Amino acid sequence: MSGSQSAPEPATEAAAPLLDVVNLATHIGGEERPVRAVDGVSFQIRRGETFVLLGESGCGKSMIALSIMRLLPHAGRIVGGDVRIDGRSLRTLSEAEMRSERGGRVGMIFQEPMTSLNPVMTVGEQVAEAVRLHDPDRRNQVTERVVELFREVGIPDPERRVNEYPHQLSGGMKQRVMIAMALAGRPALLIADEPTTALDVTIQAQVLELLRRLQRETGMGILLITHDLGVVAEMADRVGVMYAGELMEINDAAEFFRAPRHPYSRKLFRALPMAEKRRHGLDVIKGIVPALDQVFDHCRFADRCERVFDACRERQPPWRENGAGGYRCHLDPETALAATAAAASSASPDVERSGELLAVTDLKVHFPIHRGVMRRVVGHVKAVDGVELTIGQGQTVALVGESGCGKTTVGKAILQLQPPTAGEVCFDGVDLARLSSSELRAKRSDFQIIFQDPASSMNPRMLVEDIVAEGMVAQGIGGNRAERRKRVEALLAKVGMQPAAADRYPHEFSGGQRQRIAIARALALHPKLIVCDEPTSALDVSVQAQVLNLLRELQNSMGISYLFITHNISVVAYLAHQVAVMYLGRIVEYGDVDAVLGRPLHPYTEALLSAVPVPDPARQPDVVRLQGDMPSPINPPSGCYFHPRCPHAMAVCRDRYPPRLAADDGRQVSCWLLSPERQLEGAQV
Amino acid sequence: MSFQPVILWTDALVYLLVFLLAITVWHTRRHQHLLMPWRRVAQSRIGQATMVILAFYVIVGLLDTLHFNPRSGEDEQGRAVYSTEVLSALDVIAGPLRTQREKTYSAPFATHLFSKETIERASGETVRDYPRLQYGGAHLAESGEGRVADVFAKAAFGALKGALVWLLLMLLLHRLRVRRVAHLLMPGSTHPWQIGGWTALLVLAVFAALWELAGYYHVLGTDKVGEDVFYQSLKSIRTGLLIGTLTTLVMLPAAILLGIMAGYFRGWVDDVIQYLYTTLNSIPGVLLIAAAVLMMQIYMSNHADEFNSLTERADLRLLFLCLILGVTSWTSLCRLLRGETLKLRELEYVQAARAFGVGHFRILVRHILPNVMHIVLITIVLDFSGLVLAEAVLSYISIGVDPATSSWGNMINGARLELAREPVVWWSLLAAFGFMFTLVLAANLFSDVVRDAFDPRLRRQR
Repeated sequence: MSGSQSAPEPATEAAAPLLDVVNLATHIGGEERPVRAVDGVSFQIRRGETFVLLGESGCGKSMIALSIMRLLPHAGRIVGGDVRIDGRSLRTLSEAEMRSERGGRVGMIFQEPMTSLNPVMTVGEQVAEAVRLHDPDRRNQVTERVVELFREVGIPDPERRVNEYPHQLSGGMKQRVMIAMALAGRPALLIADEPTTALDVTIQAQVLELLRRLQRETGMGILLITHDLGVVAEMADRVGVMYAGELMEINDAAEFFRAPRHPYSRKLFRALPMAEKRRHGLDVIKGIVPALDQVFDHCRFADRCERVFDACRERQPPWRENGAGGYRCHLDPETALAATAAAASSASPDVERSGELLAVTDLKVHFPIHRGVMRRVVGHVKAVDGVELTIGQGQTVALVGESGCGKTTVGKAILQLQPPTAGEVCFDGVDLARLSSSELRAKRSDFQIIFQDPASSMNPRMLVEDIVAEGMVAQGIGGNRAERRKRVEALLAKVGMQPAAADRYPHEFSGGQRQRIAIARALALHPKLIVCDEPTSALDVSVQAQVLNLLRELQNSMGISYLFITHNISVVAYLAHQVAVMYLGRIVEYGDVDAVLGRPLHPYTEALLSAVPVPDPARQPDVVRLQGDMPSPINPPSGCYFHPRCPHAMAVCRDRYPPRLAADDGRQVSCWLLSPERQLEGAQV
Repeated sequence: MSFQPVILWTDALVYLLVFLLAITVWHTRRHQHLLMPWRRVAQSRIGQATMVILAFYVIVGLLDTLHFNPRSGEDEQGRAVYSTEVLSALDVIAGPLRTQREKTYSAPFATHLFSKETIERASGETVRDYPRLQYGGAHLAESGEGRVADVFAKAAFGALKGALVWLLLMLLLHRLRVRRVAHLLMPGSTHPWQIGGWTALLVLAVFAALWELAGYYHVLGTDKVGEDVFYQSLKSIRTGLLIGTLTTLVMLPAAILLGIMAGYFRGWVDDVIQYLYTTLNSIPGVLLIAAAVLMMQIYMSNHADEFNSLTERADLRLLFLCLILGVTSWTSLCRLLRGETLKLRELEYVQAARAFGVGHFRILVRHILPNVMHIVLITIVLDFSGLVLAEAVLSYISIGVDPATSSWGNMINGARLELAREPVVWWSLLAAFGFMFTLVLAANLFSDVVRDAFDPRLRRQR
């Protein structure tokens, strides 16, 4: 089970640690009220070990990485503590010496491979630059070394790839190039700052696998920064939990997942959406992260902790050594480990409702490609290519798939924000695509949308009141201004916001609060269907739990249907009744959530599910690694779109797209493996 | 009544502009997110200093906009008869500056003309000498002795007066709290408007000193027809400001409307608008302006009877110049706005509005327009100085404003030929240059501050 877990060689254990961070403190901004982004953090990394810094956004984990590299933003400065690599302090080095350390003994890869590469240089040239700088032995064979590095990081056909430009590579390939660049100096320590956050799960699985393999081969230490407990479980030897600029807990990975010590760590686990939690609401961490421009004289988690007692508000908690690590809390180990009271479950069990609300038949959205002076149409991007879906009243259908598979376009086409090329969208028995624009406008109150990024989904120049009331004004309901105001306040109360929020601007709220406002806006017109386009993927785990709980409560109390577009499988398992898996504009598997997630029939579904990191090192699935990337929807492969990446591809897969077949449990699967002919063949063999 | 108010075309537009500005200020004050960047502008040292200087120019320009016909007498029935001469409030204040004309060129602070003439002495004999100026330094002795000491004394006295006016002004602004004013002057104090206060003191003192001197001397000399150059420079302020602001006012509606329509609707609307502005853009601007201005000139000379006065005629030409400059300069803003709108229309709040069934017009007005206004503002401020300079260039090649209108371009054009003279007549050129330079530099620095304050990317670095 834990075969994928790399076993670090404990040979050099006794020697000095590779990286020793001692009481590091980093401030950002003015002298009077600096933001204490890193506030006294100490940890060590040994050779061949992966240390994971886990934390929510804004807790200072990236600042630690930048402090180690001395690459802080202009206003930032290290004010205390020390960073030692192999016993040598990095703080006292001159800038010139530091430059040879960066990319030399310490390599770094960043979150966004798209912006980390120079678009006007070939990727080979960019890696060669790193080789020339940091690998003096190979100065004469730079090209060979670059090809070697490319091969090491698993880029197929490296001789050709070195001459390509970043835009010719996919996101996963670019991240591999970044890793190759970091490896050029043969680093002893690799700092990876959210290296897979911008990638799809199947690509993420490839990259994580690559990092583990490289670590086995070179014995380097890895400092991995992430917010994803699943990635932690897959990668970590030891874990450090960051909160508000401070390390709350350091622990062995296995021990951490078995019994986290700090109340914050425990809370994080309970806020994770999972299939097992379907019947209950998720645990939420109340409140928000405190502002970091203050000096804390008490526990900084006290305001959000459910086990808070007097000491927490009076003095700083001590660091308690415990087992392989330690934690910062007033609670002693036994008490800390004692089970807390079960979370007050607010959600009621699912109420099964029937009645078809939305039926999508053979929906197609094709974008024409224009070429030449006359702007002739030379082809189509088949973003959505024949999608069939039904959503019952009060049901949640999840649409999952990797980025670029057309799931967002399906949502927009259903709402007629993107006119479909062909197909029917029957809502309450009316085909929306055939309505005139004024008829459609009148019907719009029945279906609404919630977007991924709460920052860009609200006009920054409008008051919250106007934002929430916009739909009412457009539809001419809600009476006069005073009555509308009352309804806005009622809506805000419904999503758990103060009525006073109506008089403020969206930028004054945190991400989770903004998403609540967006939900209130969508609810204003009493819709029957809400399309949720990745509503929680921009949010931290604890905030995500709040929003998911809210969506569930609203469904139970108001009978709203959701089309939930996401790439996050665990959210699907928690929230959805049915799930449709999309690949390259088509649905490949569609059925009840338990059936599809529990026993996937389509090879793509299987691979997708196995690529999702599970936040439990003891339960790592047998991984089906997909090779390569998703093909372009401009020029899909012949036959089954999935066959180039499919481990079970057969001759027929290359020729014809498989028909939609009904499995015995009522789900629909498009795969030749399940076709009667194939089953017949199987019976004969 | 001793005068009859006159509202010229440009005056009307200035009043409209002031009105629009007042509405904007009122609107801005009620919206915190609009007010914030302006606060940042006001907190900036350069912002304060340039704002004070620009305010000085604006005040002079506005005074010069209040036009009227003075009363020239009474007819038989005792009704007032008004002269066709159009004066402005500035002319009244400047009083003697306007009327005290010498014969021809004289240098700054001179007591004698610049060129020798045949003078008939009281004794009857004639000599060739520099004749005594009629007004410049008239209070001095015939020989002009003691001039330097007099100039310094008068300047000091003037500066003192300016300082007193400043003190009065500051006391009024601080509601008569003396300690606050003293605080303003203290070096290193925390008064938020310290730089602005000092700049105001400097501007007032310098201007008052010049003003005091201008009563006795031609501080910047006189031009070919003996007119005071200082007065001309002051009168040119209005022309410069008008060109800089009215042009923008004229082009703004077209640029905004077409720009956001092209970006929002795309398709054939976008094609038509893009075709329009790329075509306009590919015609050389100067050619277009020259053709239009020359056509206007011919029209005016053929229909001379339609204009009541020379001023009215010159005014219409100025307005026309603004129009034609507007036609040639809206395209860049239009293109910027199209690009920004292309980005905004894909943003989720616009999509959300469409999902609510909000109409296109409402989306344009509520969601697109407010979010491109910072670009409009930055463009206005940046374009301003360019337009002031463009006026000077156009007038220099005599396709600019009417020769009867005072403008820096006309002053430079007039001084051009005299540069070949020995000794050189430099003061017209230098005066025009100095006034224009101060305005354009202040406007440029101000626009930098405004852009920084409104640019969301820069804000994050603070």
